[in-house]
Amino acid sequence: MASFTLNINNRNYTIEADPRMPLLWAIRDLVGLTGTKFGCGIAQCGACTIHLNGNPVRSCSLPVSAAANQKITTIEGLSEDNSHPVQQAWIQEQVPQCGYCQSGQIMAAAALISRIPNPTDKDIDAAMQGLICRCGTYTRIRKAIKTAASLSTTKASNQ
Amino acid sequence: MKTKNLSRRNFIKLSGMTGTVLSLGMYIPSWSKEADIINLNTNNGSSVELNAWISIDTSGKITLTNHRAEMGQGSYQSVAQILAEELEVDMNQVTIVFASGNSAKYGSQVTGGSSTIRGSYKRLLRLGASAREMLIQAAAKKWNVDPSSCHAENAQVIHQSTGRKLSYGELVEAASKMTPPSNVKLKHPGEYKILRKPLPRQDTPMKVNGKAIFGTDFRLPGMLFAVVERSPRFEGKVKNIDDRETLKVPGVKAVVKVYRDTFSHLREGVAVVADSYWSALQGRKVLKVEWDETGIPQHNTAQLYERMREMAKGDIISYRTKGNFSDAFARAEKKVEYFYETPYESHSCMEPLNCTAHVTDDKIEIWGPIQAPDWIQSNLSAHFKMPMDKVIVNMTFLGGGFGRKAFTDYTYEAAYLSKEIKAPVQIVWTREDDMTIGPFRPGMVYRCAAGLNNGRISALETKMAGQNMGQQEPGADRKGYNDSVTEGLLEPYFNSIPHYTFGDAPLESPIPVMWWRSVYASTNGFAYESFFDELAAEAGQDPLAFRRQYLWEERYQHLIDKLEEVSGWKQRKKNEGYGVAITECFSSIVGEVVKVSRKSSGGIKIDKVWAVMDCGWYVNPDIIRAQVEGSIVMALGAATKHETTFKNSMAVEKNFDTYKMPRIHEIPEIEVYVMDNDEKAGGVGEPGLPPFTPALTNAIFDLTGKRIRKLPFSLDTV
Repeated sequence: MASFTLNINNRNYTIEADPRMPLLWAIRDLVGLTGTKFGCGIAQCGACTIHLNGNPVRSCSLPVSAAANQKITTIEGLSEDNSHPVQQAWIQEQVPQCGYCQSGQIMAAAALISRIPNPTDKDIDAAMQGLICRCGTYTRIRKAIKTAASLSTTKASNQ
Repeated sequence: MKTKNLSRRNFIKLSGMTGTVLSLGMYIPSWSKEADIINLNTNNGSSVELNAWISIDTSGKITLTNHRAEMGQGSYQSVAQILAEELEVDMNQVTIVFASGNSAKYGSQVTGGSSTIRGSYKRLLRLGASAREMLIQAAAKKWNVDPSSCHAENAQVIHQSTGRKLSYGELVEAASKMTPPSNVKLKHPGEYKILRKPLPRQDTPMKVNGKAIFGTDFRLPGMLFAVVERSPRFEGKVKNIDDRETLKVPGVKAVVKVYRDTFSHLREGVAVVADSYWSALQGRKVLKVEWDETGIPQHNTAQLYERMREMAKGDIISYRTKGNFSDAFARAEKKVEYFYETPYESHSCMEPLNCTAHVTDDKIEIWGPIQAPDWIQSNLSAHFKMPMDKVIVNMTFLGGGFGRKAFTDYTYEAAYLSKEIKAPVQIVWTREDDMTIGPFRPGMVYRCAAGLNNGRISALETKMAGQNMGQQEPGADRKGYNDSVTEGLLEPYFNSIPHYTFGDAPLESPIPVMWWRSVYASTNGFAYESFFDELAAEAGQDPLAFRRQYLWEERYQHLIDKLEEVSGWKQRKKNEGYGVAITECFSSIVGEVVKVSRKSSGGIKIDKVWAVMDCGWYVNPDIIRAQVEGSIVMALGAATKHETTFKNSMAVEKNFDTYKMPRIHEIPEIEVYVMDNDEKAGGVGEPGLPPFTPALTNAIFDLTGKRIRKLPFSLDTV
């Protein structure tokens, strides 16, 4: 056991954990933010996707020791009020069914949009094919990413 | 007026409410004269249980109860949308809560067979209307006017001639004293303001910010976490436990032998209990369990299918017959006969199985992703000899269900463990547990035979060999027929085909099997709709025109017309890669056309899917479209990506690295159309699944001349 400081959604949390504990379990069970989900434990499904310094990362396969003192963003930190363009687009296109994988999908999509403001279908394939949705919301995810891109562009041009 | 103590459950459901809460909905007519009042302002706990669908407090807050599980299919929205229509309230004015298990109050809560809407829409419409009428009566009495001179709108009652208005909150106490009308007039679909509109789901906002609470997210003070080692051959008994290393792992509290109820067989496992899930997993890694597997039959996939093929050639238990198949078949000009094979499948909900239980001497309470809270309540009540009202089964949101979470194993296991350790505990199955322990969709082999005379089917026989899901309880009658053998087949075929026989040959196997989205139709549909396509080809006819001649009822003709229109079926060129299939499942009819082409790199690309859903009376067209889209993706997975195989009596595929799911780049464009008619409501969550696979393989035949009769197959190597 060791002491770590995790900066999650711009807030510091000091936790005692086995350094090998995956970041996923530290976030869910020690910090208590349950929006990030456990799906497979082997980085195959993407339900646990969070941002580490702005990059999408599978938190089930990253030891907590590797995430200490870095900037972590979870679904809870994307916006205060569902105002992030990806959240807005997900609502507009009615993407979620069961919703369990959507935290990961949204975090991956948000990272994509920030890197490529107007992603092509190929960009979407590349960024999103690591994530599984058993409900099969994929066609709506694709549509919502394009909607989010146009919402972001509109937002940017209004500023 | 009944009053009872306010339980924690009610507190959770009602927290945030103020004032008097009136419960107007009623399932059992004898209760209906007396409405329940819950007063949360008093500190002495004087209150009553919410016992129905509609509650309104004096401040005007409207609470609607969803008595069914929400696993993605949209009951959370749809049940409320029905109630709100006749109640005359806006969806943005309501709060939706989940019921706990209580079939005496709600009727069946088993969220399976796509039954939520088709099984309860008439009752829900009447409940909404009856509550509205009581509110109108209360207003009329207050104003001393004829109720017929008043109407309800936007959560208030209006007196037309004077324009006077009273809100539901102001009326609710008086309304509770009114006698509910025995007959209420329901709106004609043309008058709907909320129903049949693609309204956004009320659960979407909380599913885009991490706030929706799934089973794994539920927490209780002092709750422990557990993971369970189970016999990989399903029926093994614990022979020896070596937990010396496990107990040394920091955080591990206990190692406990547990049981789960698998179709009334108590299967064994060993739980590692810890203060965090990670610690429990570490403890399990060093746990040594020796299993006694005496008497468990050896099996593997090749043997199982060899047996099923033999069985499909032999005698069957007949379910549905007409005329004389053997005689008509013998006399047919042309005889056609093929085998079709479908794999075992894992449900693989994205949320692995889990359940939280807190069992004390006088009460059992559980929380989790539960498809059948009323079944679980009865099951736990019987196991622990606890009165039903002391068994509280709470549904969280479900991270997928697909049939798997309508089952008693994981709930009983959690309750058993909590009782043993005398503490609240959450058991979370790992993905590997979830994928290897089952129950699975059973693998099937079908033998289909038909005689053709003048290009028409004169005789048809289908034999289904595979495990019967209904024969797993101890002492099950294995001689009975499987009445699901015709699921998926369109009803008119039974009228238009002169001689037929449908039957099954049940396979015995230790592999537990269970409903998997669309159940038997998910495999029957592939066999039957592939076979009809082969018969059309043998008869030299267009596949859709061939089907049309057996489906003369107007409803089916309209569906075929629509399918032809939207897919451009008649304009297609020969062997351009179009395939069609139409199936019936849980009282809905769905037709799908698939268009495929060759990839330049080799293999097959799915260009587009058109689906036409006729589910009769319906609630929300956007939810229907979403369900059909999702069903198509799930079918695509089972057709071309994944299967569960068995080797040395154990499931081989353990996680998504080997049980490969469809991913975003593999999904074709999907267009869904919903038929508008006056038929009764049919299912929505499942019926879109069965026609996809045969439409796909029929399209591949159209393009390449190659028939696919065994699933799964790879699109890359066709």
